[in-house]
Amino acid sequence: MAEFSTTHRENGEVNIIELNGYLDAHTAQHLEIAISDLIVKNKYKVVVNFERLKYISSAGLGVFMAFIETMRSNSGDIKLAAMQPSVYNIFDLLGFPLLYEIFPTETEAVNKFNQ
Amino acid sequence: MNTAAKNIFEMKVKSSTENLGTIRDFVEGKATQSGIDKNIIDKIVLAVDEACTNIIKHAYNYDASTEFIIRVLISKEEFKVLLIDHGKSFDPNQVADPDMPTYLKQHRVGGLGLHLIRHLMDKVEYHNLEGKGNHLILTKKIA
Repeated sequence: MAEFSTTHRENGEVNIIELNGYLDAHTAQHLEIAISDLIVKNKYKVVVNFERLKYISSAGLGVFMAFIETMRSNSGDIKLAAMQPSVYNIFDLLGFPLLYEIFPTETEAVNKFNQ
Repeated sequence: MNTAAKNIFEMKVKSSTENLGTIRDFVEGKATQSGIDKNIIDKIVLAVDEACTNIIKHAYNYDASTEFIIRVLISKEEFKVLLIDHGKSFDPNQVADPDMPTYLKQHRVGGLGLHLIRHLMDKVEYHNLEGKGNHLILTKKIA
């Protein structure tokens, strides 16, 4: 069975969600809940750390599409960081770098919020 | 020598997203045994995941009492995956690819699975065989 988990940390005003494992149509709901939890707490500045994410399908991409407007209309954003090349390739194939800022490291993504 | 000789492997699963990991492991295992390049395996696995997700969601509307078949056919030249379900028929060739800049600009959600499948595989065929269900054939050249 596909395993997936998230962890949440804060770095100043920025909320970091770390992804771990396999993000597909079964596990996407787990990430939806993690991001919804931030919105409930009026936290709109989000960095998603992909370092330990091994796999993503379009259901996973859909989660970022579902929340980007809410974050940006509240002076926040979802910035993506530290993707494995195989995961980045899927984002790139669909043109997602047009809409999302993707950084090599979590630190760079966090710093962009603090600029 | 018969170059068309195929290795055929099959699994049947309940129509639940819970089984996507098992399906990916099955397809990845067969492709790895065939010595296919890892880059190509990743593409096949994602395409199969997307196609199975569509069956679970759209053909069977998340009814986990239903089942579908994943059949892998490997020849020297091609890695084919045949998916057979008996749910609602859906011909992917009737659906156009989204214009991605517009899609992203409008913050749309969903509908990217088929688009990905077409990008990742060399051929996507669909047949609705009366009484024998929907057959979706995904083909990737491996030689």
